[in-house]
Amino acid sequence: MIEQDLIIVGAGPAGLSAAKVALEAGLRVTIFERGVAVGGQLVKQTHKFFGSKEQYAKTRGIEIAKILYNNLLPYQDHLTIELEATVVAIYHDYVVTVLEKEKYRKYKAKAIIIATGASEKMLGFVNNDLPGVYGAGAVQTLMNLYGVIPGKEVIMVGSGNIGLIVSYQLIQAGVRVKALVEAAPNIGGYKVHASKLKRLGVPILVSTTIKEVMGNDSVEKAVVVSLDENWEMIPGTERVIFADTICIAVGLSPLHQLLSMLEIEMRYIPELGGLVPLVNDHLETSMKNVFVAGDVSGIEEASSAMVEGSLAGLYAAKELKMPHHDHERLERDLHAQLTNLRFGPCGLKTRNGIKKLKESGPC
Amino acid sequence: MGLSNVSVLCYHINNESGEAMRIKNHPILTFQPKEIINFVYNGQAVHGLEGDTIASALHALGIKVLSKSIKTKRPRGFFCAIGNCSSCQMTVNGVPNVKTCITKLEEGMIITSDEGLGVLK
Repeated sequence: MIEQDLIIVGAGPAGLSAAKVALEAGLRVTIFERGVAVGGQLVKQTHKFFGSKEQYAKTRGIEIAKILYNNLLPYQDHLTIELEATVVAIYHDYVVTVLEKEKYRKYKAKAIIIATGASEKMLGFVNNDLPGVYGAGAVQTLMNLYGVIPGKEVIMVGSGNIGLIVSYQLIQAGVRVKALVEAAPNIGGYKVHASKLKRLGVPILVSTTIKEVMGNDSVEKAVVVSLDENWEMIPGTERVIFADTICIAVGLSPLHQLLSMLEIEMRYIPELGGLVPLVNDHLETSMKNVFVAGDVSGIEEASSAMVEGSLAGLYAAKELKMPHHDHERLERDLHAQLTNLRFGPCGLKTRNGIKKLKESGPC
Repeated sequence: MGLSNVSVLCYHINNESGEAMRIKNHPILTFQPKEIINFVYNGQAVHGLEGDTIASALHALGIKVLSKSIKTKRPRGFFCAIGNCSSCQMTVNGVPNVKTCITKLEEGMIITSDEGLGVLK
């Protein structure tokens, strides 16, 4: 069994940011990542980020992934990153079982940061299991990481920022976006993204959902239908749209399975995307020295995942009696950044979710 | 161990091989030439590019149906592309139920569509 100070599950924005702070504090760190590259979902985000300069605003996601990785290079002596390595179990004695190249290996850590991120939600409609029905993130991965288009003609479902941004990226890759359908009466994401699509002639159909897709072995066409004010389908409003790809962008759920395995206290908070762990002010869960950061603790943006990651790294180091030399200042700055990111109308949902979680009971 | 095998990004190009699904021009991403990786899909000699996962290489070839569902034999393709949903599983070099969306394509791999649950050896 390999022993380590800190094990981080997930090499996305939260995990990489956590590693940096923990390494600065002098901890020995191992990161496990089940994907083939570090950066998590940043590696497919070709758009420039909003926010402030601390979270690399105006920089494209793909560049941020490189920056976060390069930040770790000075600490190579203390750092191991295992790719294509899936953490399949964590136990109460801080033993972590990892599946790497068909072999199970056991590791033990003094502290664990779980930064597993989120998975895409599915939508119920007839034949939704046909190949050609993909999550928006999957489409982004395929295009922006592997340089492969998902199909020739796409229907996007969901007008949140992911649906809007991925639609634009599909057009950049040469794919035709036949329609963007949104069940709500209004567009969910930022107007600036929606306007870009409208200027390019993409029909945005609000109060509309997908009823059925048809095709032999994969999607060939879809039936969309209008919804009334009670979200019920209006008979007679069905229309057929020909497309070989349906892209689902209806939200994300935290990947909580490892937390559930540890019997960590969880709550179902819809505003945060689903089951999330109870945490104290140090991002520590109900199990001592097990921390969370990023989407696994509530769906937000990559910007907040980076800040939460840094905080988790900071507190893990402190708990292991190896506090970061600049602990107090960093703690203050990072909390201020989080407050700032969650400020205003766009942060309302997150603020409400966190409030609900805190009021749901003691940790 | 260590950082030697870590890649931050692995981009691709159209390699003039007639793969209609490879992006040729892009306003933001630049595509460097990549080496061809030969593999076998359901008995057919095909190829992908360095940096591909098995699923991305197959998709680039226009292959969307990766396997059939266990009970009703409905076609299955990938859904999440991050190793979560298990919809992309195939048999790789004789090992069934491999998540092809997070498994790097390697020279000479034998890829077949999963048949049923797979057998423990």
